[in-house]
Amino acid sequence: MKRRNFLKACLIGGTTIALGKTNKGWASGSFEGYPEAMGVLVDTTRCIGCRSCEAACNKEQKLPEPDTSFDDPAVFEHERRPTSKAYTVVNRYQKEQPSGPVYRKVQCNHCNEPACLTSCFVNAYTKTKEGAVIYNSKICVGCRNCMIACPFNVPGYDYDSATNPIVKKCILCYDTRLKYGKPPACVEICPQEALTFGHRADLIKLAHERIRATPERYVDHVYGEKEVGGTSWLYLAPVGFDKLGFDTTLSNDPIISNVKDFLGMVPMVLSIWPALFSGIHLLCKNQEHDGHGHDTDSNQEDTKP
Amino acid sequence: MSSFKHLLVAALSIGAISVSSPAALQCAPVPDSITLNQNGKLFSPFTFNHAKHIQSIKECADCHHHTTGTLVTDPNCVRCHQNSSPTAVVSCKGCHLATPFSPETLAAKRADKQRFHLDKMGLKGAMHQSCIGCHNKVGNGPTGCQDCHPRTKEGSAFYSSNRKGAKPAHAEEE
Ligand code: HEC
Ligand code: HEC
Ligand code: HEC
Ligand code: HEC
Ligand code: HEC
Repeated sequence: MKRRNFLKACLIGGTTIALGKTNKGWASGSFEGYPEAMGVLVDTTRCIGCRSCEAACNKEQKLPEPDTSFDDPAVFEHERRPTSKAYTVVNRYQKEQPSGPVYRKVQCNHCNEPACLTSCFVNAYTKTKEGAVIYNSKICVGCRNCMIACPFNVPGYDYDSATNPIVKKCILCYDTRLKYGKPPACVEICPQEALTFGHRADLIKLAHERIRATPERYVDHVYGEKEVGGTSWLYLAPVGFDKLGFDTTLSNDPIISNVKDFLGMVPMVLSIWPALFSGIHLLCKNQEHDGHGHDTDSNQEDTKP
Repeated sequence: MSSFKHLLVAALSIGAISVSSPAALQCAPVPDSITLNQNGKLFSPFTFNHAKHIQSIKECADCHHHTTGTLVTDPNCVRCHQNSSPTAVVSCKGCHLATPFSPETLAAKRADKQRFHLDKMGLKGAMHQSCIGCHNKVGNGPTGCQDCHPRTKEGSAFYSSNRKGAKPAHAEEE
């Protein structure tokens, strides 16, 4: 426990160093998110598991060719997680139930107060005013703190690139679409409109209205409305969320880089010191950089309004 | 065709009892077949057999809500639309927009504070939910992605279909 606190202190210390002049979300306690933040409502009662969203993501983000085609149902045999080669995956649950299987799309949930952001001491992450949690791959040093901090196990690690090992995840199509007000590629392709794009505040109302209008169709909960301080991606489900692989033990308080368990820390400890030093080094170096990462022109936007 | 006309007359007169509106009679002629997905990029356009569906389903409202003048069937809509009149617009694309999430659409929705139906789907969603929803229930209509509309060349590339079965371990735990 002591060691854990020590590490936590290191982490926060590291973050503070890296903070510089920007003010991060975690400092603000219960922060309701940006008023204009966009989001996506996933209605799992509509999803039919066609995986078109995976294909759209793959093409939009120029990810490597998949190991098998996007219409191969064999992938449902195993529960999958997003990786550096697939920012979103669809899993199948409740296969044996008479009401038929339920499919759930997984990707970065774009937290209002992202644990990845607070755990990153080189300040690679930004929460944009549009709601996206993006990162600058030029700054990322591959320390993988964010992978440990993320309550949803989202960021993937790119092992293939030995020269620039970086963390990769869904960015809500920020630089190609969201920035211009357009919906992410997965939303646009979805044939069933299982994904609804809009202002997060409006989506929460729509979600509760769907439950109210057809209560027999849904459990009375909107996942992501409150969890870990709220997320831009919201979910509706026909059965208990715990049955669909959701972590229903998360608190409504944001995760302020209190890293999950000690075992998870070990690899981090191994990478934290070199990373910290190279991070600080890079940060100094990057003070006036204007690279072409995801967030170059929004670096200033993560200050709370 | 004449049987359809009878059906239609019957349907309209049912509508007329509750609605007593001449609008139903001005409604566009009922087509026998319609080409859907006309602007398809990933999937080809295809012919929808309207006449055959009318014959086997009978209820216009199963697809058209109350818009053709027959009584709406969905219990969720009956609550408010039991006595609703037929509408001038009948075609799905007249109400369900092709671009439901464009910045323009979202801005218009936000500005329209009076509107009740803020959660109206886009055209693609409305079509698939209606068609696949019923086919799943009734059991003998097509539900597979290429059953209604075969993929185009672009579609095959989009779904990386040449890699089918290569290695289903794709994207598993790292
Ligand atoms: C299986 C679903 C289904 C049923 C049942 C059905 N329709 Fe249709 N109908 C459609 C679809 C789909 C279209 C094409 C709409 C479009 O192009 O957007 C259409 C088109 C039409 C149009 C042409 C609209 C226009 O402006 O182009 C009319 C009129 C119409 N239907 C009337 C009827 C009537 C009357 C009945 C009942 C006797 C009926 N339909 C039953 C699905 C159905
Ligand atoms: C709580 C009442 C209520 C319920 C339930 C309801 N509607 Fe409506 N509907 C309205 C009102 C009010 C309008 C007037 C237009 C508006 O405000 O959107 C309307 C308008 C419509 C129109 C005409 C829209 C136009 O653009 O001309 C259609 C079609 C429609 N509703 C379909 C449905 C369907 C389908 C359902 C069931 C899924 C449904 N409604 C359920 C209240 C309701
Ligand atoms: C006059 C406008 C209008 C026309 C024409 C129309 N719709 Fe709708 N549709 C609506 C409205 C309004 C709703 C209600 C949305 C809501 O609140 O659930 C709706 C709802 C739906 C829903 C969701 C129903 C539910 O239970 O949630 C489907 C599916 C749908 N429409 C399909 C179609 C199809 C297919 C056609 C063409 C055959 C069509 N619609 C024609 C206005 C229209
Ligand atoms: C209310 C139920 C219902 C709805 C809604 C419905 N269908 Fe069907 N469909 C059926 C049934 C039942 C059959 C099989 C009966 C038959 O072959 O006559 C069928 C068969 C078909 C077939 C194969 C036979 C043929 O006609 O060539 C196609 C294609 C098809 N539907 C397309 C559609 C499309 C596209 C839509 C949506 C616009 C749609 N259907 C909506 C009930 C429905
Ligand atoms: C019952 C018939 C039917 C089935 C089954 C069906 N679709 Fe469609 N699809 C349609 C219709 C009708 C349209 C046209 C909708 C419109 O005009 O926006 C369409 C259009 C599309 C489009 C947009 C146009 C394009 O070609 O780029 C996509 C993407 C699509 N479908 C994907 C799918 C996928 C994925 C599946 C399998 C889950 C599927 N569809 C199954 C009827 C069907």
